[in-house]
Amino acid sequence: MRADTLAAVEAPTPLPVPGDEYLGTVLVNAAVNARYKHLVVSAPEAARKIRPGQFFNLLCPPLPDEAVFLRRPMSVYQMHPNGGTVEFLYHVTGAGTRALALLAPGDTLDMLGPLGLGFSLDPAWRRIVVLARGVGLATLAPLAQLAQASGVAITAVLSARSKLDLMSQSVFADAGAEVLTVTDEEGTSAVPQVERLLLDLIRAGRADAFFTCGSNRLLKLLQTLGRAHGIGGQVAIEQQMACGLGMCFCCVRQIERNGTVANLRVCRDGPVFGLHEALSW
Amino acid sequence: MVDLGVRIGSLALRNPIMPGSGTFSEELARVVDLNRLGAYVTKSVTPGFRDGNPTPRVAETPSGMLNSIGLPSKGIDHFLAKTVPFYARYAAPLVVSVSADSPEDFAMMAERVSVPGVAAIEINISCPNIEEGGHAVAMEADATYDVVSRMRVRTDWPLWAKLTPNTGSATASARAAEAAGADAVVVANTILAMAIDLETLAPKLGTGTGGLSGPAVKPVILRMVWQCAQAVRIPIIGSGGIMNATDVVEYLAAGASAVQVGTATFLYPKAMVRIVDGLAAWCTERKIARVTDLIGRALPSAAPARRAREA
Repeated sequence: MRADTLAAVEAPTPLPVPGDEYLGTVLVNAAVNARYKHLVVSAPEAARKIRPGQFFNLLCPPLPDEAVFLRRPMSVYQMHPNGGTVEFLYHVTGAGTRALALLAPGDTLDMLGPLGLGFSLDPAWRRIVVLARGVGLATLAPLAQLAQASGVAITAVLSARSKLDLMSQSVFADAGAEVLTVTDEEGTSAVPQVERLLLDLIRAGRADAFFTCGSNRLLKLLQTLGRAHGIGGQVAIEQQMACGLGMCFCCVRQIERNGTVANLRVCRDGPVFGLHEALSW
Repeated sequence: MVDLGVRIGSLALRNPIMPGSGTFSEELARVVDLNRLGAYVTKSVTPGFRDGNPTPRVAETPSGMLNSIGLPSKGIDHFLAKTVPFYARYAAPLVVSVSADSPEDFAMMAERVSVPGVAAIEINISCPNIEEGGHAVAMEADATYDVVSRMRVRTDWPLWAKLTPNTGSATASARAAEAAGADAVVVANTILAMAIDLETLAPKLGTGTGGLSGPAVKPVILRMVWQCAQAVRIPIIGSGGIMNATDVVEYLAAGASAVQVGTATFLYPKAMVRIVDGLAAWCTERKIARVTDLIGRALPSAAPARRAREA
């Protein structure tokens, strides 16, 4: 099947609920291991609007010696539409995440969102495979909630440096997913090994669609396997952003849609795109 | 009740707050009541399709940001069919920003966008992200005169020339635009600038250089507005680093008749509406009945009146 044919059936449907600027209250901002922090914010109105795969553009608190001028986009890790909270999982890497790491319970967090077009499940997809690495797990976790609610069976293949970085496997397991883990420290996460794992899932009829996020090499692998076996799916893409609303055109990525390659905005036209639409970077 | 109304030539605005080109689009209507703004200024439209610059297109700097978007555009046909009709449902005048690769194409664009629903044409001769080395027409007075005068003979619509800060003389291009028949000047576009990534020791922007905006540029652009206000008689629209109502007061006092807000909207989508409310509150507190009373108050020509009031 040709890529543009797959793309035509994969285009995510527009979500009608507009994002807004909300002032949330930090409930938890704690280290879950050496590398990741877990942020829980009370923001009931925002929480009610979130669709899986959407993100917020967060205003970072000031750092003592470094400017954090722009907001930082962060995908939602756990949705609680009726519980009033929004959860994020992040890796402290740059100025923005260092600033977010300073938030303490009781602090106010200015959050713009929810933003973007999230995941949507084609009714023909009854069994899906989620392949994620590192903090990309956080972006895909709400998909598990969506799949469970839609009666779709999930196999989650989670990849990380070490067992300690696989903390979100319970999120997938709780949503009824079968969880397979691969890690660098066990020597099980190389592309050929993951490819064999995926081929087994395809043969077992458990891969109606592929979902991924965060890793260029895993995206390429899924695109190659998808093309060979006629399997579509979706990918959540990351890019530096400014406004998050679609005004500034900072966050474009090359997307192949309807036979042409165009720079589309990750914030407004994505962040979720058809698996075969996204050109690897 | 403070009168926030201002005039830019023949155009009456309900308040002096409008977006800067490239920092505003139909998407903002999802978050903000567009009827609260003084005018709408579109992202620059070009004759044909443009894909824009390679990424990264944005970098953070102290109190500001760099951009190198490169004017992606769906072209004039799409713009006239989709964008202009969108704004018909809103109250404020629509200002269309145009860009082109040659003086001839600028002139053609003037004619194409002179249609009902468009209130004025902003001439983007100052984008630092489309020509080699950050060059732009507005860097030279002669080139500015050439483009504006060619557009002038092709349209009766008000023409606003958007000037660049990347020039030796802030006022020469303003005078040239006025002499060529511009109805106003917009002062100014972004400042040509760059940042280096410390991991790779390469430029942070895909194109190497880009345009600096945000609070970091406000004192520079404010100075340009003050100088241009003493050099031309046509109205000036100030644009650079405005984050709040008191920034607007400074620009008006420096000689601007209206202002454009850009980068602030990227951080706070409702910034323009908050600034309109803040400006009214600031005037009310000081018993200033009309916002036009603030225009030019910091100019040397206003010094005798200022001394008289203080006496």
